Amino acid sequence: MDAPLVSGPHAHGAVSVSRTMVLVMLALLPATLFGVYLYGWPALNLLLITVLSALVAEGTSLRLAGKPVRPYLLDGSAALTGWLLAMTLPPWAPWWIGAAGSFFAIVVGKQVFGGLGQNLFNPAMVARVALLIAFPVEMTTFITPQPLFSSNAPGFLQGLAISLGSGVQIDMVSSASTLGHVKTELTRGISVHNALAPVYDLLTGFIGYMPGSMGETSALLILAGGIFLLFKRVITWHIPVSMIASLMLLATLFHGINPERYIGPLVHLLSGATLLGAFFIATDLVTSPVTAKGQLLFGAGCGALVFIIRSWAAYPEGMAFAVMLMNALTPLIDHYVRPRVYGRDRKGEPLVYEGKPEPPP
Amino acid sequence: MSTNYLSIARDGLWNNNIVFSQSLALCPTLAVTGTATNGLGMGMATTVVMIFTGLVVALFRGIISPEVRIPVFVLIIATIVTLVDMGMNAWTHDLHKVLGLFIPLIVTNCAILGRAESYASKHATLPAVVDGLMMGLGFTLALVMLGATRELLGSGTLFANAELLLGQRLAFMEVTLIPDYRGFLIAILPPGGFLLLGFLLAGKRMLDKQLEARKNLSEPAGVTAPEAI
Repeated sequence: MDAPLVSGPHAHGAVSVSRTMVLVMLALLPATLFGVYLYGWPALNLLLITVLSALVAEGTSLRLAGKPVRPYLLDGSAALTGWLLAMTLPPWAPWWIGAAGSFFAIVVGKQVFGGLGQNLFNPAMVARVALLIAFPVEMTTFITPQPLFSSNAPGFLQGLAISLGSGVQIDMVSSASTLGHVKTELTRGISVHNALAPVYDLLTGFIGYMPGSMGETSALLILAGGIFLLFKRVITWHIPVSMIASLMLLATLFHGINPERYIGPLVHLLSGATLLGAFFIATDLVTSPVTAKGQLLFGAGCGALVFIIRSWAAYPEGMAFAVMLMNALTPLIDHYVRPRVYGRDRKGEPLVYEGKPEPPP
Repeated sequence: MSTNYLSIARDGLWNNNIVFSQSLALCPTLAVTGTATNGLGMGMATTVVMIFTGLVVALFRGIISPEVRIPVFVLIIATIVTLVDMGMNAWTHDLHKVLGLFIPLIVTNCAILGRAESYASKHATLPAVVDGLMMGLGFTLALVMLGATRELLGSGTLFANAELLLGQRLAFMEVTLIPDYRGFLIAILPPGGFLLLGFLLAGKRMLDKQLEARKNLSEPAGVTAPEAI
């Protein structure tokens, strides 16, 4: 560059899209490795397929749209979308779930809006909701943990067979997730306490040795990744904190009123996608509000919706729906919650100082 | 004044297609295209209405005063739709049960009123009838394409229950393209209609662009003066 050197208060944060994406992937890594360990080869296959299909879908879309393929493909955003989607899938889902989901996420969730930074909804959640509606059986078949190299775990070839959809009878090892179990038992008239007691304790939930989506089960490792992101300033504290706070508040309130009917706050916190959603999904920079106050509102809305869907709706888990509904409100929040312009009051009028004449109109 | 029937046909079927170019009549387009058969039935019913609307409006175009033309057009369309509704109920009763509510609603199909206003009321009878036919066929084409896409993705079949529409002799049209298909259910649900319509619109535009680019390539520069067209 031949640009002249200018002295002045110029600073560069060295923040780029790919750096952000790499940091988020790093933060996801512990929980992902744990998921792969817990559910074995099929989980690894699913992760690879989902990420690869996301890259293929991104490359194809960019080509069709006549945009430069390499810079966008290599910034890591498509890979991260696929990765996040895989984290929320049942670990032994067949390959076409991952492939179809990635295609849906990238093409319908992201590229039709104009690509990176233009999308209204979180692409991974768009895909997850579409898959849940389209393939309800595959998307709710969770398995009990089969740690890699343990005696029951499928070997590499058997894992491949499971991923290709022709493996062992998946019913043999399937098991309901915590929230799904409680929901089913409630409809049979069994109270939350009796439903949870034999299958659940908080320590297991915290560590994550239980049936669930691939990367959602371990509260501990996701929390570690989330704190890493906070520390690296990829995300701010507003959305996670307000989201968890509103969910906890509602859960405590209703659990206090009727503990037989409503799940307790800690179970809410440690099951399902609560932490993954709070730290990794709701905080998506593109689809959440820009101001701190707006983010607080956004997070509180997400938490409340998660509680409402888990408690009263037909689905046991509502993170994807909650985040998408609040994504839809993000433009509205950004419209009303704006930072004060320097030198003006909240309504945009010039500030009036004491002892000075009013500025001429 | 000679009429260019070829250009009427090209307009109706492709260049000025009701759905793909004018983006009119989207309500029936999205509502009834769960299967290709339903799309075909709706398209054919609409085509019949468009032909007869064109005929009647063109015949009476000299005596309809401009001030009241819209109510008169609506009245003519409503009459013809009622006849089609009764006819379908009599002869294709099973399909009528499926399409049900949407047949009377052809009255409110803005494309029909649009053609009456912009074409039939200004042209002679025969061109108006041909225009109605071609616009209707173009509409049918769009509906069948959308219906086929949604049906294929959603349930892996094509023209399921074709016998409802065309009688037992044409039941062979029903094909199962993907056996043991799990069904991408969302394609048949309402969101799938919106999504796939969007993709079809985009696809048509891409095709048009490519055709134009090829045309520009084959024609040497300078010949494409406006007078030449």
